[in-house]
Amino acid sequence: MSVGMRVDRVNGMAESSPPATLLEVRELKVWFDTSRGMVRAVDGVDLSLRPGETLGVVGESGSGKSVLSRAIMKILAPSARVLRGSEIRLNGIDLSTVSPKQNKHLWGVDLAMVFQDPMTSLTPVVTIGKQLTETLRFHLGLDREQAKAEAIRLLTLVGIPEPAKRFHQYPHNLSGGMRQRVTIALAISCSPKLLIADEPTTALDVTVQHQILNLLQELQAKSGMGMILITHDLGVVAGRTDSIAVMYAGRVVERAPTRRLFSHMRHPYTRALIDAIPRLTDPSHTRLASIPGRPAVIVDPPPGCSFAPRCPSAQERCLHETPALQITADAPDHTAACFFPIGTPAGDAARRSNAEAGVTAAGTRVAQEVS
Amino acid sequence: MARFLLLLLLVSIAVFMLLELIPGDPVDALVPEGATPEMREQVRELYGLNDPLLQRYASWLGGVLQGDFGRSFQTRLPVAEAIAERAPVSLELAVLAMVVALAISVPVGVWSAYRPGGWVDRVATLVTSATLATPSFVLGILLVYVFGVQLKVLPILGWVPFSQDPVQHFSHLVLPVLTLAAGECVLFTRLLRGDMLATLQQDHVLSARARGLPTWRILARHALRQSSFSLVTVSGVVIGRLIGGTVIVESIFSLPGMGSLVVNAIISRDFIVVQSVVLLTALIYLLMNTLVDLTYPLLDPRVRKATS
Repeated sequence: MSVGMRVDRVNGMAESSPPATLLEVRELKVWFDTSRGMVRAVDGVDLSLRPGETLGVVGESGSGKSVLSRAIMKILAPSARVLRGSEIRLNGIDLSTVSPKQNKHLWGVDLAMVFQDPMTSLTPVVTIGKQLTETLRFHLGLDREQAKAEAIRLLTLVGIPEPAKRFHQYPHNLSGGMRQRVTIALAISCSPKLLIADEPTTALDVTVQHQILNLLQELQAKSGMGMILITHDLGVVAGRTDSIAVMYAGRVVERAPTRRLFSHMRHPYTRALIDAIPRLTDPSHTRLASIPGRPAVIVDPPPGCSFAPRCPSAQERCLHETPALQITADAPDHTAACFFPIGTPAGDAARRSNAEAGVTAAGTRVAQEVS
Repeated sequence: MARFLLLLLLVSIAVFMLLELIPGDPVDALVPEGATPEMREQVRELYGLNDPLLQRYASWLGGVLQGDFGRSFQTRLPVAEAIAERAPVSLELAVLAMVVALAISVPVGVWSAYRPGGWVDRVATLVTSATLATPSFVLGILLVYVFGVQLKVLPILGWVPFSQDPVQHFSHLVLPVLTLAAGECVLFTRLLRGDMLATLQQDHVLSARARGLPTWRILARHALRQSSFSLVTVSGVVIGRLIGGTVIVESIFSLPGMGSLVVNAIISRDFIVVQSVVLLTALIYLLMNTLVDLTYPLLDPRVRKATS
């Protein structure tokens, strides 16, 4: 029995003509009212995802990727404000117009999420079985016996040995990797159409990371659900996503099919991220590449490109104007928000002139490039 | 268990010694004024007050273990009888006050943590601050004035045994129970709100919300249990204190509880009664704390693992 078999039963959504896009995010702005000022955690994000597609969202800590996922899941902190004009649509339904109260079986059923830290994302005082069955019983209306059988089936599905025994155990009886398998079982328990995995492997051992990512991929292939894989590690999304959105300071700065992003990155920030991945072919003791400066301040940001202070290509224009996400000349599904994109004559010239001067328009020192 | 008994033994020694050290001669309470030294000596001999300390302690403890607390110096009645008469009053007051306090503070604490800054939270903060600043005798008298004197809906003073008239019994208890509960309610609400606030920040609560579970279930199952450690701990201490007697409230409402018993005993140097009540109170405290320790593993399975 496959995970996707129960999709037809899910809360009476119009199944007749499935829309081409599963998730559509438009102009999403989530600001936090803090004592220091308005923190623009997510500041105008556009995303779309087709059914069955995997989107990687990549960015440093503080780039707004977690807030993005929480906005979709409607689990933002009370201090968060979703600005007017923001739109999140799942299968055409505008999620801002329905609340979890009105549509009890949307969040947790059509939309599900796997959290970063499996050590803290399971309730420590409730058995694993109970956490699974309460979700199953609430959303699917299963009785006690059915729910238990389904829970054990799910535990087996995510590769937990001795599921009948684990059913009665508490989260602290399991290792980190096993716990993350449980949270995945919880997330997929009601056959979601969209699964958001927010740094699902960051808190795990490297050896376990692969297993968890493979498991997610496998489950997705079986069920045909769409998936958003949020990570700060480009290596995680490289081989597992259809496309990638790179986020910086609350905005998407580049979006492209995965393969294209790695071969034809346009945004200097994307390039800096890719350069920061250590390579086995480098000689030992090669200094790890890093991005100078620190993530942009997103409290009442000044005009201009938020990456400009750290960007080796920054020019005068970047300090005063904010670049919009634009389709690059050669591919319609590749967009970047940069006035001087890498691989274009203007971009190369900007980079070269900065390298020659040793300093960018923002005053950041740059080294002579070897390439 | 061994620790429990050892503690109890130490308490009994402390109680005994404490009263030995208090200035004043218990004989003063026993003999009429202007008694001759011979009479005093006779009384001393009669009550065994001349025996060595250890012997007196041993005979007292021996009696206590058999349920014989001795006779009151003042009334000549067995102490056990006096306590048996008073204890149910204090016990009922304490239990009712706890029930009322918890019944109010748990929902209020949970909700004000769930919606900090919301109207429940703001009203609760206002009321708790006001109650905190009001001593129980002021609150008691205020309640008496409003409900007893002005509105005339509730009786003000006294105690009617349940067997005599159940309705009167409870209507006489309303004001004292409210007075007692108010103070504890404030404490409980504050404690629970603080702990709940911390728990609600945790990932597993977010994760439960992301699973679309209903709010009440998240609060009750995924947050309340872990947030109730302080509440349970303090409840144990509070109920011990309440059973041991609440002098002020008992005097305001003239209730025949343990508090008024012990106060009268202290005033009249009826040491044997004081000893017995203090020992009993200590026993209740110890019992309550042991009970509290036993509930921790029920609240959190991780404790179960550590202790077993």
